[in-house]
Amino acid sequence: MNIRKPLLASPARRTLLAGAGAFAAAHGLPALAQATFNPKELPSIPAMDEFLAGRKVQFVRMQLDLPRVADNGNSVPMKLGVLGATAPGAVQSIHLFSEKNPVPRMAVFHFPATTSRFDIESRVRLAGTQRVVAIATLADGTLCAKVAEVLVAIAACLDGS
Amino acid sequence: MADARIQLPPAAKRGENFEVKIAIRHAMETGYRVDDVGKPIPRNVIRELTCKYNGAEVLKVDMSSGFAANPLLQFWLVAQDAGDISFEWSDDLGKKYAEKATLSVA
Amino acid sequence: MRAPALLLLCAAAVVACAALAQTPVAAPAAAPLAAPIPAPPGMPTKRVIPLDQLKSGLAYTGDEVRAQQADDFGNPGMLWVERGEKIWNTADGTSGKSCASCHGDAKQGMKGVSVRYPAIDPATHRLQNIEARINASRVNDQKAAAFTLESEDMLAITAFINMQSRGQPIHVATDGEARAHFERGRAFYYTRRGQMNMSCATCHEQSFGKRLFAETLSQGQPNDFPIYRLEWQTMGSLHRRFRACLYGVRAELQPVGSQDFLDLELFLAWRAEGLKGEAPGVRR
Repeated sequence: MNIRKPLLASPARRTLLAGAGAFAAAHGLPALAQATFNPKELPSIPAMDEFLAGRKVQFVRMQLDLPRVADNGNSVPMKLGVLGATAPGAVQSIHLFSEKNPVPRMAVFHFPATTSRFDIESRVRLAGTQRVVAIATLADGTLCAKVAEVLVAIAACLDGS
Repeated sequence: MADARIQLPPAAKRGENFEVKIAIRHAMETGYRVDDVGKPIPRNVIRELTCKYNGAEVLKVDMSSGFAANPLLQFWLVAQDAGDISFEWSDDLGKKYAEKATLSVA
Repeated sequence: MRAPALLLLCAAAVVACAALAQTPVAAPAAAPLAAPIPAPPGMPTKRVIPLDQLKSGLAYTGDEVRAQQADDFGNPGMLWVERGEKIWNTADGTSGKSCASCHGDAKQGMKGVSVRYPAIDPATHRLQNIEARINASRVNDQKAAAFTLESEDMLAITAFINMQSRGQPIHVATDGEARAHFERGRAFYYTRRGQMNMSCATCHEQSFGKRLFAETLSQGQPNDFPIYRLEWQTMGSLHRRFRACLYGVRAELQPVGSQDFLDLELFLAWRAEGLKGEAPGVRR
């Protein structure tokens, strides 16, 4: 919610408060599940299928570090890397796909032929507990993929400040 | 007023990789939020960010609302000549931004 | 009937004013203080958390958040600090002065300043927090427009100024004219409110360190504001954090800068005596 304008109790807040309880009930923190996903299986993400266009991926070399449990889905630290890729131009691009975000194609990193280290660090938004897929396109066209699952914690207190 | 911070090593070694960091002040507004009176806040997300090293493109990123607000990006480049590491980015409101830093090469 | 009485009053006022005008040291009248807040039943009158057990909220956050705050590049609050530094050095208002014109290098001049606020302003006898102090300088000295509370510029300049007090211990005065504010702040702190019927103390004095869903309750310390909060996806002041807490317990919100919030801020600063400044903080 935006703070700038009202900073004062507004009529709309009442309806929000009414809805807040229901929201909290529906979004209780899921149990801290063990690895419930198969790391060698891609989740169903139409935007990713479109990118792959039937091409097969290998679950090797791609590195995707995300916390098992994220403090807040608004900002989740992420590291990408491709093992053994040290030659200039070894990797053409890295695609990042989300299973649950409204925009499933989260990011594409394009590398020119001069790049020889493909480690990327950033912070991503994750709309709820889900799997994230990183796919590197190597110079020879090989696709290296990694799937990570992140449990996104919901804030204990609702905030409409 | 600058809307980004760029961090480079004090001096890079020619032929070796050095890390580039950029932090951009931008709401990366998803378009799914509403303000206090229930009015939707229009989407405004950085769509594309490019980095050039002495004029040659060295990284292009297609971005989305999947990046956290005030996005941070860290990546690596190979040091050649001293010069400018320059960034350009634009958002849904059509605003274009640019920021650069100077690299020293030992 | 009324008119002659009014006239008389006016006459008396004129005489009084004339008398005042001749008094060599006419102290301006103290600003009216909001009505006292009645002390809730069982309100502690002494320090509840001993000074040697005070802990910054940072101690109760997760590893990712701690890592973000520790990294002066990765801490998103530093974007505001950098902007604040520019504001500090940029002339504004009809005076043509910048903050630096009078205060010089902030690293020297502002070290240990923000941790002494809120404090009574000797000119107006009102309780001022750092934001109010900044605006007083803007209006009176720079002859510039006050920054709107919670605006990007206000958050930027407070982040910059408060950062100069990193490592400096909080110490505020609660005697003299500050006493009534302190008492109001304490009563506000311990008063149960909202649909959840909770006081600040319910979470932050009786339950800190305990888990609430995926989070750990903190002591509710004010030492690293303004903070970059992941939930807000931006910077916010201590008063915005108060609003978030009030919202959380389903209590009536107040605008940032309200008298209740100022007085509460003073009580919190007393409660945090000796805790060191850590601005800009990062929270989940």
